[in-house]
Amino acid sequence: MADTNESPPGGAPPPDGGGVALPENGWRKEYWKKNLRLMVVLLVVWFAVSFGAGILFVEQLNEIVIAGFPLGFWFAQQGSIYTFILLILIYALRMDKLDDEYGVSERNDDGSRS
Amino acid sequence: MSDIQTWALIFVAASFALYIGIAWRSRVKETKGFFVAEQNIPAVANGAAVAADWMSAASFISMAGLIAFLGSDGSIYLMGWTGGYVLLALLLAPYLRKWGKFTVPEFVGDRFSETVRSVSAVVAIIVSFTYVVGQMAGGGIVFSRFLQVEQGAGVAIAAAVIFAYAVFGGMKGITWTQVAQYTVLIVAYLIPAWAVAHTMTGFPVPQISFGEILAELNRIGAEFGLPVYTEAFTARPQIDVFLVTLSLMIGTAGLPHVIIRFYTTKTVRGARYSALWALIFIGLLYTTAPAVGAFTKLNLLNGVQGAAVDALPSWVQNWMATGLITVGEGVNTIGTVSNDPTSGADMIINNDILVLASPEIAGLPAPIVGLVAAGGLAAAMSTAAGLLLVISSSASHDLYFRYVDHHASEARRLLVSRIAMGIAVLVAIYFGINPPAFVAQVVAFAFGLAASTFFPILLLGIFWKRANAAGAVSGMLTGLVFTATYMIYTLPVFGTQANDHIMGVSPEGIGAIGAVVNLVVTVIVSLATRPPSHEVQEMVENIRYPAVARRTGTSA
Repeated sequence: MADTNESPPGGAPPPDGGGVALPENGWRKEYWKKNLRLMVVLLVVWFAVSFGAGILFVEQLNEIVIAGFPLGFWFAQQGSIYTFILLILIYALRMDKLDDEYGVSERNDDGSRS
Repeated sequence: MSDIQTWALIFVAASFALYIGIAWRSRVKETKGFFVAEQNIPAVANGAAVAADWMSAASFISMAGLIAFLGSDGSIYLMGWTGGYVLLALLLAPYLRKWGKFTVPEFVGDRFSETVRSVSAVVAIIVSFTYVVGQMAGGGIVFSRFLQVEQGAGVAIAAAVIFAYAVFGGMKGITWTQVAQYTVLIVAYLIPAWAVAHTMTGFPVPQISFGEILAELNRIGAEFGLPVYTEAFTARPQIDVFLVTLSLMIGTAGLPHVIIRFYTTKTVRGARYSALWALIFIGLLYTTAPAVGAFTKLNLLNGVQGAAVDALPSWVQNWMATGLITVGEGVNTIGTVSNDPTSGADMIINNDILVLASPEIAGLPAPIVGLVAAGGLAAAMSTAAGLLLVISSSASHDLYFRYVDHHASEARRLLVSRIAMGIAVLVAIYFGINPPAFVAQVVAFAFGLAASTFFPILLLGIFWKRANAAGAVSGMLTGLVFTATYMIYTLPVFGTQANDHIMGVSPEGIGAIGAVVNLVVTVIVSLATRPPSHEVQEMVENIRYPAVARRTGTSA
């Protein structure tokens, strides 16, 4: 735990990570906030489908049977996986848009996606 | 089974020739090729490589059978081993790719301190070794079962092939062989699965058609005295199902051999789409597995119910010859079935049978059975190679060059990394042939340790600028000690006695609590000590934006 010695002397900057291009920091905060909001929404769905429908409320959902599948059982062994794939797809597509909107998408010199 | 043997030999030999050919084409000349495949792997290919890297011999051969006997609670593996990719895609992969160096310990070294890097490298080596031993043994089992080669020799042959592409091609060779291995294993898995579904229901998509046999499976299971198949929490209490699922998810997201696969893409965007493709490719097998489990179990139970021992279906008799299905002494007709050798049931079935026998159940010809052998080997070898790369890179890049050989030239670094890889392969062969007695139980260790050490500090390292080195070291060590202590307390490993589970929490599920302990300790200690330096906070700021520089004029 002698680790604290390793952080360089000179004290720390303001906790907000300032110091980077201060005057135009606005877009950074906005981009990051939108990223976090998207992330939280997707993670709520992630939790609701897997832990909610597949574990916590599986018994109640099992009362409903569709095409032979008790619904809770279906979420636990099938539906949750499909939802996970969908969540990553939405994330990747939305982040593409967000990156473009804030000019931070990765581009080649000719402007095409790299 | 000699016909099957011939076809297995043909498929295995052909697939090995393919892997060696790929290895030759992807030789590397520098460490960037050796560690991160020159960072130019397209997203789809990387996704396939992640899928092969991830899906082990156990996923391929054992999982369907395991689920068939766990019933509804088999969902711990299905959700646990796929849900982690959502965490990886949203929380870790894009940021670690933007940072863009070689290993997981190296990231925490840059972000926190050199001490954290050394601790991480040691943990990465331990986690990967516990995992690789199982893969080696799994490869040996496929050899002995299908080709009648002695298990030890089988391990050596598989390892020799891995050696060829991993030592010469490093990550680049491993990546492209993993793409080929994914193709082999998924074809080998899906063909019998679709055929079984078609045979039993007349509709070939197993994901959809296994619904119609569930009611019958519940009924016949009851006659065998088995728990209701679709009813939850018959195998484990609810709290344990919750915790094991969570542990496997965050363990997946924290396993170094999975994380480094996202370092090899061209861009941050590529890392996001790699995660998408990876989960699509993995989901293809993981949504099929529960169907295969249900179909083969129903077929098995139907076939043996009330049957006289000398009038069992022919495929059951075939597999009895291999010892994977055994009938208790003095049993005349089959009344009870179990996968637990200590249960005393009339018929004991090895989990692996449900996948291995599926081609025969569907009446598929011998070549397909041979293909399943090649698929099982592909699953074992691809995972082993990914793990060996982590061991080699941690040992050379994160430890040897920092402590022993500070000023090594590029050529020397590449040579040492290759030697480290070679040694890792040899050690893995040794333990693959002589697996330690506790190996089955320590696989739970790999996930629990990854969950309780890496995931929390990576997460905080990326999302919380205030997290510092003192916090990360204390958090990691507390998480590690907490998790390992509970595992040793509840598992009969290292000669210790197994104690009862506390509050129904199994050793597989403790990693989730260990992760929370790690998180809390890291936060508290970080807040009690000085914030990280300006440079470190700037680094954290920079990994949040994909492009190197912002393009003005397009912004809102």
